[in-house]
Amino acid sequence: MKKENPVVTIKHLTVAYDLQPVLWNVNLAIPRGHLMAIVGPNGAGKSTLIKAIMELLKPVAGEITFDLGEHLSKKEERNLIGYVPQNGSVDWDFPATVLDVVLMGRYGHLGWMKRPKEADYALSREMLKRVGMETYENRQISQLSGGQKQRVFLARALVQQPDIYFMDEPFQGVDAQTEKTIVALLKDLKKAGKTVVVVHHDLQTVPTYFDDVTLINREVIESGPVETIFTEENLAKTYQKEANEVREELVE
Amino acid sequence: MNNPALEIQIIAVIVAVACALPGVFLVLRGMAMMADAITHTILLGIVMAFFVTEDLSSPYLILGAALMGVFTVWLTELLHQTKLLGKDASIGVVFPLLFSIAIILISRYAGSVHLDTDSVLLGELAFAPFDRLLVFGVDIGAKAIYVMGIILLIAVIAVIVFFKELQIATFDPALAAALGFSPVLIHYGLMTMVSVTAVGAFEAVGSILVVAFMVGPPITAYLLTNHLKKMLVISAGIGAFNGIVGFQLAMLADVSIAGMMAVVTGLVFLLVFIIAPEKGLYTGMKRRKMQKKEFEKALKNLL
Amino acid sequence: MSSLIQLFSDYTLQIVALGSGVLGLLSGVIGSFAVLRKQSLLGDAISHAALPGICLAFMLTGIKSSEVLLLGALISGLIGTFFIIKIVNYSNIKYDNALAFILSIFFGLGLVLLTYIQKLPNANQAGLKNFIFGQSSALLIQDVEWMIGIGSVMLVLVFLFWKEFKLLAFDEVFAESIGFSTQKINLLLSGMIVLTIILGLQTVGVVLMSALLIGPAVAARQWTNRLNIMVFLAAIFGSVSGIVGTVISSVVTKMPTGPTIVLVLSMIVLFSLLFAPGRGMIWTLYLRNRQKHYLKEKLKTEEGAA
Repeated sequence: MKKENPVVTIKHLTVAYDLQPVLWNVNLAIPRGHLMAIVGPNGAGKSTLIKAIMELLKPVAGEITFDLGEHLSKKEERNLIGYVPQNGSVDWDFPATVLDVVLMGRYGHLGWMKRPKEADYALSREMLKRVGMETYENRQISQLSGGQKQRVFLARALVQQPDIYFMDEPFQGVDAQTEKTIVALLKDLKKAGKTVVVVHHDLQTVPTYFDDVTLINREVIESGPVETIFTEENLAKTYQKEANEVREELVE
Repeated sequence: MNNPALEIQIIAVIVAVACALPGVFLVLRGMAMMADAITHTILLGIVMAFFVTEDLSSPYLILGAALMGVFTVWLTELLHQTKLLGKDASIGVVFPLLFSIAIILISRYAGSVHLDTDSVLLGELAFAPFDRLLVFGVDIGAKAIYVMGIILLIAVIAVIVFFKELQIATFDPALAAALGFSPVLIHYGLMTMVSVTAVGAFEAVGSILVVAFMVGPPITAYLLTNHLKKMLVISAGIGAFNGIVGFQLAMLADVSIAGMMAVVTGLVFLLVFIIAPEKGLYTGMKRRKMQKKEFEKALKNLL
Repeated sequence: MSSLIQLFSDYTLQIVALGSGVLGLLSGVIGSFAVLRKQSLLGDAISHAALPGICLAFMLTGIKSSEVLLLGALISGLIGTFFIIKIVNYSNIKYDNALAFILSIFFGLGLVLLTYIQKLPNANQAGLKNFIFGQSSALLIQDVEWMIGIGSVMLVLVFLFWKEFKLLAFDEVFAESIGFSTQKINLLLSGMIVLTIILGLQTVGVVLMSALLIGPAVAARQWTNRLNIMVFLAAIFGSVSGIVGTVISSVVTKMPTGPTIVLVLSMIVLFSLLFAPGRGMIWTLYLRNRQKHYLKEKLKTEEGAA
């Protein structure tokens, strides 16, 4: 396995909700061990792209191939792919504690009918500590702040111990402390050789947080290293605005 | 065992607990009205299975009813997915239709079907001990005890064995799918469980009150705990309590047993709704008052 | 032919058909707003919640006249609605669950009272159970007169408050922001929903009443995007189902009226869902297939060019 092989290759991916194509002929290679941001205007299909990669919705056409190692069964491969959904996608009034939710990240490894063991609990506690939430393990999830909920979701993805993470807007509505924790975590994951793909909203922080960026607006506009791709012209093309408007947004 | 009152009491408790367990997940999914729909449409399943088997005590009746329950869910979701009508309207279109067909079939073939709509909707627990289970000619007790007992046993085993799957598919279906626990499979599994429980219970308590026992104890337990496992245990406990107290009160007043169980279910909920330690009305009002006071104090200090 | 004429000159049938027709028209109009406000199943809960009121009214007065019993139904229906709103407001219990809970508990209370009444000495309670399943053949001319009277008042109210109802149905927040008291309009609408259901209990019964409220509105919605046309169509669909259902059930033996009305109505609903132009399932399926095909073709040519 050569290091240069992209970890995920997407070819001609086309997704349509009802009659409208949301993603059109998306071709994308996600480089191994990089932190990649997916950036684009509202309704550009960013979340849809992640969901299609996670096989949570059925595309009209296209194929997605993972290169996570040889001779992996479908189940083993699935467990190497981590998913952090948007904060608002679950019912936070659900009767569960923080530890209960984090433990769910182990379920894929356990498979049907098996119960979590002591080691799974220990790992869950360890990951809670890593996101700075170890004192909250018995807290009811409805009593958490937006940032804390996001960190619980991150810990849940961590206990799954995947090789590649897909995160849908993890920075949305979080406090400064959580943002710092998440950024530090991203750098740690990179150091450990993991790949992280993040749907991101805040244009200003893209160059400091990420190595690569994919600009998307129904189609992939450009994709590659931040230094070469994250330019005013490309952003203007993505957001269909004038270059000076984009500049103002970046400086703000 | 030949004590009808004791038998009725046992059936009441078994029915209440068997309904409460799948009810917990129904409530957490906000699907109580779907249960209401299912409890009505299983009638059509029973009637249709009867036309095939021509035997009212055939176990295929349960199968037919369970299939119809699942079919109801499927049809409702199919309609809803067209986005031509809302989820609530889909339920409101599907179940009256299937239920009407059942009633028309029953009234047209009333001579051959000894099923009347009254007993399906209303049930009569007091008659349950008349239907005996005979093994080699020996009376071993009321049939309802065994039928509901088996259904309860299945519910308990299913909830224990598939606790993790039910939990994750209810809380976060997307993650469940990503980790290989098909939410659709679990969803239909749960709906089958609900249908089977409803079929077993309707003879005793009537289909409308099955809903009370599926929804009442879980929403009461929901106000008392933040843990899913505890919610299951408390629901079962409250269900059993409602069964016992409801039956005793019904005996005293000489009224419908199932109806009284539902009334007790309602009263227990009302009590908990008001005095629950964390989520109750009283605590909530006290908390709001305190907050207001503190806010006023803070405001005063600021000025 | 002569038998058909005979049929239509049958006085009882005329009354019942007229009653069902009026009921269908009313539920079509009022149901349109309930469905658009996503309160379709509230009707189901209210109709069940009416049962204890009917029983209590009978117990207190000992009279079995429609007016008294329906007043009881109205009051307990409103109490049930009040409970549902309070449970949702003061806890994190979901609306759906509160609905099913109140529906079944009130119905249970109704059963308790019903069995209690049955045991009263020489109580003249035989007709009470009719409210559960409905028995339109027992409909009297006075009942239909009541229906027409109350129905006319409601239609006038809908006409007077048309603008407000329209706003409420489409955008409650916007309505509030431009200074409409949504609470009052909401209350008026809920009151009218309850009243319609109560009027229908005698004809189609507790279980099927909600169908009459939902069906015409859902069918009408498929044919138009305009509220006034939708309400008008719903009124037509409702009354046609009522009249046709009644006639079928009297021509064919052993066809209970309530379920037959629901069956006719369901046919109209299914037809609309399947065949409505521009919206129906057949149309959408055709369009979706064509679009999918088109997308795939376009993808191929784009690949070829690259």
